[in-house]
Amino acid sequence: MKHEIIIAGFGGQGVLSMGKILAYSGLMEGKEVSWMPSYGPEQRGGTANVTVILSDEMISSPILNEFDIAIILNQPSMDKFEEKVKPGGILIYDGYGIHNPIKRTDISVYRVDAMDTATEMKNEKAFNMIILGGLLKIVPLVKLENVLLGLKKSLPERHHKLIPMNELAIQKGMEIVREVK
Amino acid sequence: MAEEVKLMKGNEAIAYAAIRYGVDGYFGYPITPQSEIMETLMVEKPWETTGMVVLQAESEIAAINMVYGGAGTGKCVMTSSSSPGISLKLEGISYLAGAELPCLIVNVMRGGPGLGTIQPSQADYFQTVKGGGHGDYRLIALAPASVQEMADFVGLGLDLSFKYNTPAMILADGIIGQMMEKVVLPEQRPRKTEEEILRDSPWAARGKTKGRKSNVITSLELDAAVMEANNLRFQATYKRIEENEVRYQEIECADAEYLLVAFGSSARICQKAVEMARAEGIKLGLLRPITLWPFPTKVIAAYADQVKGMLSVELNAGQMVEDVRLAVNGKVKVEHFGRLGGIVYTPDEILAALKEKLF
Repeated sequence: MKHEIIIAGFGGQGVLSMGKILAYSGLMEGKEVSWMPSYGPEQRGGTANVTVILSDEMISSPILNEFDIAIILNQPSMDKFEEKVKPGGILIYDGYGIHNPIKRTDISVYRVDAMDTATEMKNEKAFNMIILGGLLKIVPLVKLENVLLGLKKSLPERHHKLIPMNELAIQKGMEIVREVK
Repeated sequence: MAEEVKLMKGNEAIAYAAIRYGVDGYFGYPITPQSEIMETLMVEKPWETTGMVVLQAESEIAAINMVYGGAGTGKCVMTSSSSPGISLKLEGISYLAGAELPCLIVNVMRGGPGLGTIQPSQADYFQTVKGGGHGDYRLIALAPASVQEMADFVGLGLDLSFKYNTPAMILADGIIGQMMEKVVLPEQRPRKTEEEILRDSPWAARGKTKGRKSNVITSLELDAAVMEANNLRFQATYKRIEENEVRYQEIECADAEYLLVAFGSSARICQKAVEMARAEGIKLGLLRPITLWPFPTKVIAAYADQVKGMLSVELNAGQMVEDVRLAVNGKVKVEHFGRLGGIVYTPDEILAALKEKLF
């Protein structure tokens, strides 16, 4: 099995760290993984994206022209990556930053209102974990226990006390994700 | 016990590998996209464990001259930078080659010329394999295509450098430096003891002892006859390296009718293009030079008898393609495909370029 995933949004939304947690979770699951960030000036206030590949076999290119799964967190990223989802693929987005209707009819589209939920939870930092929860509900790429192990690996020890909050956010995301069409 | 599989960036792998391979000193100056190398070393504080020195110099030029000084005493030393910083180091690199000093230089390339961009590029191929600095010298040049190779080539580069008493370079780019993959680090190799340095590097400036002549570390020789003899000795060394140290990887080459030639991150992207081509029934192979110098000339020449055409895929305006053409010597068509200034091609673009240029 191989999953080629793009996560794209604004810098500061936790795009890169969500990809990192996904990659660490894959590592815990014994998969081959690659994590390729867009690095550079666009991370400051502009768009940021990361390509994450989880695979049972060796990964060739860390750079891809189409994706099985796109997680889109703002309109500029939607404009760029909607067309790059493989036919039959999956697009997951947060309703908060997306204003234009989705054009594709040959893919499955899901919505996770993570920004609103994070605000309700009074924890904006939970945003990316809510999204991750939505993804894991739709595509159980990795087991939740391995995500928690992945979190442990990717977070510095002084932040380990935040893991239960992250777990809660993941479960919240699993609850609120819904199919759009 | 088997080493733990870790997930890390290519840059971090270089840093951890430097500690594990028993490097005595790292001297650097920060520049994107390779700053994590020194950053990781500073976090790991190897001076408290192996005794390795990690020093942020006041400039790239200072750092390469610290490498010259350290190498002159027989120590195992290295530096790293990215393209504009490597340009600053070239004078020092030429001096290191001229003084026959072993050391490791890491270049995590970014787009140029000038300060250019911080995004990935492979436009320093010429700079690395055709000189860069002045004089008739060569750099052993290793091109890693994975985070694992970033770690492994620290050891390989240092070993080759000490075997031939000449500088070695790891030529990576922003993709391999910034991406995270699985890596298994080498076992801890102890740093060389003073006795081992005296035994292995009798030429080193270790303080003159009674009864032997002074060891002088210099690239200067004003007597032209002696300087020519020095140059002939360098060339003899380079010939031995060319004969013994060529490394490359062949992917789906056995029945290939067309061949991609690519190094480093480009080779990874090409590998996907090969998968896509094979799915379409196109017999495409990939030859990946691992050593850019010495270049795998002979193996590429041999493929010229088998394939209908070759495409040299590089993140530059066409540099390695010249060496591929020299190897092929007109036998088959050799074209180049590249993107410039920090833009990276996708696998489908490479396949489209192959069809456009060679079919």
